Amino acid sequence: MQKDPEFQEMLAGIRERRGDDVRIEDIGEVVQSMLVSMRGNISSSDMEMFTELESLADYIRLAKREIAALRPDEVKSEHLRTASDELDAIVLATADATNAIMDSTELIEAVMDDVEPEVQAKLMTATTGIYEACTFQDITGQRITKVVTALKHIKDTVDGLLNAFGDEIAKYREANPKQVDVPEVASIPSDEDLLEGPQLEGKGNNQAEIDALLASFD
Amino acid sequence: MAVDMNMKILIVDDYKTMLRILTNLLRQLHFTNIEEASDGQEALSKLRQDKFDFVISDWNMEPMTGIQLLREVRADDSLKHIPFIMITAESKSENVIAAKEAGVSNYIVKPFNAETLKTKLSSVLGDF
Repeated sequence: MQKDPEFQEMLAGIRERRGDDVRIEDIGEVVQSMLVSMRGNISSSDMEMFTELESLADYIRLAKREIAALRPDEVKSEHLRTASDELDAIVLATADATNAIMDSTELIEAVMDDVEPEVQAKLMTATTGIYEACTFQDITGQRITKVVTALKHIKDTVDGLLNAFGDEIAKYREANPKQVDVPEVASIPSDEDLLEGPQLEGKGNNQAEIDALLASFD
Repeated sequence: MAVDMNMKILIVDDYKTMLRILTNLLRQLHFTNIEEASDGQEALSKLRQDKFDFVISDWNMEPMTGIQLLREVRADDSLKHIPFIMITAESKSENVIAAKEAGVSNYIVKPFNAETLKTKLSSVLGDF
């Protein structure tokens, strides 16, 4: 196929600007340019290629819209962040719980010398069992670390999508603003709103704050 | 020969809770002289500063892993005689083979129980 210098120049320009990581918009630009350059005597094979290119361009446009509608920006900023924070909270909570169990077990061990040998042996068996069970924290911690690594891979992939489709996503976001449900009576949350599970550290209320809140109704 | 229950044991793990569990289990087995390190690097400097009779180490730690620590220990003329037990969640055959090739004395998979710990220690130290 004869190389069109103008077309080659455009390709070289894109390669210089973006390397081999080409944006979808740039592909569209090249396809458009090819279509424009197909002037003059158009043969039936040219027409066939023209139709193929046009359907390719349509396909790319549709794919862009569909990917934008998935809102990868929200996946990254809301869902992935929440998942990561929740996993960190699990690690902290299990570590705290395990240490509390161990504190109590060590207290039991400390009084073992004060009891009859028969009781001592039973306490030893029980405390050993508790220590063995506490190894779960190490295993769950390592499994959670694996999940965090998987989330990081997903985040990197989403970053790639945001990079390739950023303009399209911004257009979609503008055209489809998020619907905010305004309850009829703003101060009463729905039953669904009330189901959010345990709160992360620093969010929600501690017992003292809840007591104070309850007392404020008296 | 009777096992010296006052032998100096170095336990290495980046999970503080696991260090605490191991310490308690070893005390229940009547070992009294236990020191801790939170990664391979810290363990190696402790091993080079003081005399230890036994090492029990996790595998997955940063910046120096348990297998790297084991290789360093085996490559050091003054340390290579020290028995070294790997205690880890890494349970693939490749890991066990790599540890054996690096000179591990025995290998315990997490989660483990006190009986397994005692059996593996006995296999290296003799009955106690």
